[in-house]
Amino acid sequence: MKLSAEVNIGIGLPTTVPGATGDLLLEWARRADDGPFSSVAVLDRVAYDSYEPFAMLAAAAAATSRVRLATMIAIGPLRSTALLAKQAASVHGLSGGRLTLGLAVGARLDDFDVAGVEHKGRGKRLGEQLAYIRGNVDGDLVGPSRDGIEILVGGLSGPAYSRMARYADGYAHNGGPPRAFANAAARAIAAWSDLGRPGRPKLWGQGYFAFGDPDRGDAYLRDYYAFTGPFAEKIAAGQLTSARAVKDYVRGYEEAGCDELVLFPCVPGIDELERLQEALS
Amino acid sequence: MNVAIVGGGPAGLYLAILLSKLDRGVDVRVLERNEPDATFGFGVVFSEETLGALRDADPETHLEITDTFARWDRIDIRFQGREVSSRGHSFSAIARRRLLEILQERCRELGVTLEFGVEVEELPDADLVVGADGANSLVRRFGNFGTKVRPEGSKYVWFGTDHVFDAFTFAFREIEHGLFNAHAYPYDERMSTFIVECPEPVWRAAGLDRLDEQESLAFCEQLFANELRGRELYSNRSLWLDFPKITNTTWHSGNVVILGDAAHTAHFSIGSGTKLAIEDSISLAAALARRRWDLEAAFVDYELEREPYVERTQDAASESAAYFGRIASYSHLEPIQFAFNLITRSGRITHATLGVRDPQFTRALDGWLGGRPISPPPAFSPYELRGARFEKRFELVESSVAVSPEGRASPEEAVRPEGKLLLRLTHAGRRGATQPRSRGVDLPLADGWPVVAPTKRPYAPFGAIPGEPDEVAVLDAFVAAARAAAAEVLEIDMAHGYLLGSYLSPLTNDEDDRLRFPLRVLEAVRGAWEGPLAVRLSVTDWHPRGNTVDDGIAIARALADHGCDLIHVEAGQTIHDDRPQYRRGFLTALSDRVRNEARVPTLVGGYLTTLDEANTIVAAGRADLVLLDLPETQIERPLQPVTTVLLGEVRA
Repeated sequence: MKLSAEVNIGIGLPTTVPGATGDLLLEWARRADDGPFSSVAVLDRVAYDSYEPFAMLAAAAAATSRVRLATMIAIGPLRSTALLAKQAASVHGLSGGRLTLGLAVGARLDDFDVAGVEHKGRGKRLGEQLAYIRGNVDGDLVGPSRDGIEILVGGLSGPAYSRMARYADGYAHNGGPPRAFANAAARAIAAWSDLGRPGRPKLWGQGYFAFGDPDRGDAYLRDYYAFTGPFAEKIAAGQLTSARAVKDYVRGYEEAGCDELVLFPCVPGIDELERLQEALS
Repeated sequence: MNVAIVGGGPAGLYLAILLSKLDRGVDVRVLERNEPDATFGFGVVFSEETLGALRDADPETHLEITDTFARWDRIDIRFQGREVSSRGHSFSAIARRRLLEILQERCRELGVTLEFGVEVEELPDADLVVGADGANSLVRRFGNFGTKVRPEGSKYVWFGTDHVFDAFTFAFREIEHGLFNAHAYPYDERMSTFIVECPEPVWRAAGLDRLDEQESLAFCEQLFANELRGRELYSNRSLWLDFPKITNTTWHSGNVVILGDAAHTAHFSIGSGTKLAIEDSISLAAALARRRWDLEAAFVDYELEREPYVERTQDAASESAAYFGRIASYSHLEPIQFAFNLITRSGRITHATLGVRDPQFTRALDGWLGGRPISPPPAFSPYELRGARFEKRFELVESSVAVSPEGRASPEEAVRPEGKLLLRLTHAGRRGATQPRSRGVDLPLADGWPVVAPTKRPYAPFGAIPGEPDEVAVLDAFVAAARAAAAEVLEIDMAHGYLLGSYLSPLTNDEDDRLRFPLRVLEAVRGAWEGPLAVRLSVTDWHPRGNTVDDGIAIARALADHGCDLIHVEAGQTIHDDRPQYRRGFLTALSDRVRNEARVPTLVGGYLTTLDEANTIVAAGRADLVLLDLPETQIERPLQPVTTVLLGEVRA
């Protein structure tokens, strides 16, 4: 089956959706690999009922052979630099070089609190982590090889764009209407050009969908994004609940120059994946 | 369902009308603190777009409103004793008082309860409470809106006059204390709004802080006697004010929703306040209808629909406010360029869009730039710089060369000068000895060479500790490279934290006289190179402890005094963890300030991707030369990678 869109479509694994079992997650990865999707992606949260992103991608590496495995994004500064590099390199090696490592500073204090990591200085630490992972500054001490890991950086601040352009291969946007993506993409390209990088950054976008039970999806998003205060309800309102909405969203992102659009489920159940596949065909 | 609308201004009344029409069973009350005939301000402006929305939302009032409208399509700009006019700008205005009368009447007809002289001390008892009570909203106290208020722009005062202007008029008057400007437009057949504005220091120097209402009215009347044709100004509690820019992180809280100025203000100089407020009412009423009075769902719809538009308008308004704050720096421009700069100040009108509205104006502008009555667009106008003639404004092709092997950024970089139009002489300083940029930037080489800088701190994580520069050797290398260079324009790199740039910033140089060595290099290169000489400069460090734009302008002035012909405007990268502000054309505003405040020619890039941007920048005098980033086209997308190579042929 071929997707109608020119932008690559990836699918999120429901690692943060309440009720998703280990069996479902692996089946989801397998079905995504069989289907038309070009990547499977995970979110990252510590203080929440959710699966650890690199553990999930390691399992997905074994269950798949084709799709890229992406963190969209992982909160870099929660982890020590060398361990983050090692986790990423391990998934990369186990998957035969299919890792796309999206990193950002994270937005929630509670994740830092429970991880026992200081929230302050997270931007600086992320910069160091990127320089370490991309720059091979350890002289191959911390293997396996990190060569060929595709790195994305997310975030909407000036320093985030600058870190992206300095160290990464592309930009990971945090979702929202296509015009929000287009705006961020212009900033990402401007930063890329300002840092003198040749070519153009890869542009990854994301969105949320729930076909079967939009109310449940709505409740999940409001809960997951409760830390954003008033924005949670706007994020929930942006949930894609019909084939038509998915198609419009994909078209909007395509027009905005998106290279890879990852759609994340809000309701567990393999039928959600099937319905997304239908909507895209 | 009962609704309490606090604030009987245009937005509150209009919402009351729409909600009563929406559902006859709804009980709508409007609570207004003033009496029915009290009003502040004189006229309000609408655009064509808003008129269309008014027609669709309530045809009855649309008819009455447009009957009493003053309409015009011209902007007159009076500057240095000359008047420049531009047509094709459809405006309409109405007396605020008349507008309120029409809306009040319609409210009564629809059974809306209007209560005047009511101060809202506590949250009104209603299913839905609307805060339409303006910039100083009391309703905002009843919820958690995340309100921020910051003053923006200059001092201003709002008058009326019985001189009826026949165009939107911007008038400028210079006195010994500085430059004043007026914004004037007619709003009915007898009266015009007349706003006087000046930067705070000018206001203080002119002693306006010590004058009372009548005295300051007399001052303004005399200052603008020519524009007023001897007519009077009228005061309506007309006091000098600071404009408050108001933003809220959310526009609803529980059953309370805010709109208009209570939710967001936009500087008066783009005349969008009432328009935004009424459009808010229309959007909110439509959302309530669509969501069948599910308040929370309707509030989210309303915010999602209005936010992007309001944000764009507020951004444009802030640009406009800042423009009028620095107006004096444009007094050297030719009237037609001054006028175009003014018209395009907020970024909403460009050379191309003005060309559609007023082809005669752009033809005159292009003719002035091109030196012939019929000239190509501004980006294709010729330009001369120290004997070098450019056939168009985006002709420069950048190429850079390290002045010495240790001054290279990475091993691939060329050392020999090659013939290119603009040849940049660089010394990477502590940004040297790094891996190729295709992989990343500032990633140190495993086996790099020693780097130098006036600071002991590495540039980026895992970078080498810089040694002390051998200034004599560096100076000699720049001079030798300059002598060997074959180029139309030679450029010295003092930007982005490279060696000479790191001398200029307090973030990386503790020396008192930070210009000492960069100026020595400039003078020495000037002595070795006869052609046009540019300096690439980070005009701001984008860091609280670094160089500000004002510092950058002072540096640009010093560079010009020491033989620099052209400032190539850049920003940031002085240190790796700065706080850049990236967007399309992110360097344009900086170039505008350098060119017009330091009065030195500029070259600017900053992710400019269209000829329209180049035309607008050049014609408005924001830069003399531009660098375009040519984006890949949609059609060629799968085949062609993006390039930053510039149009134009290299001339021998």
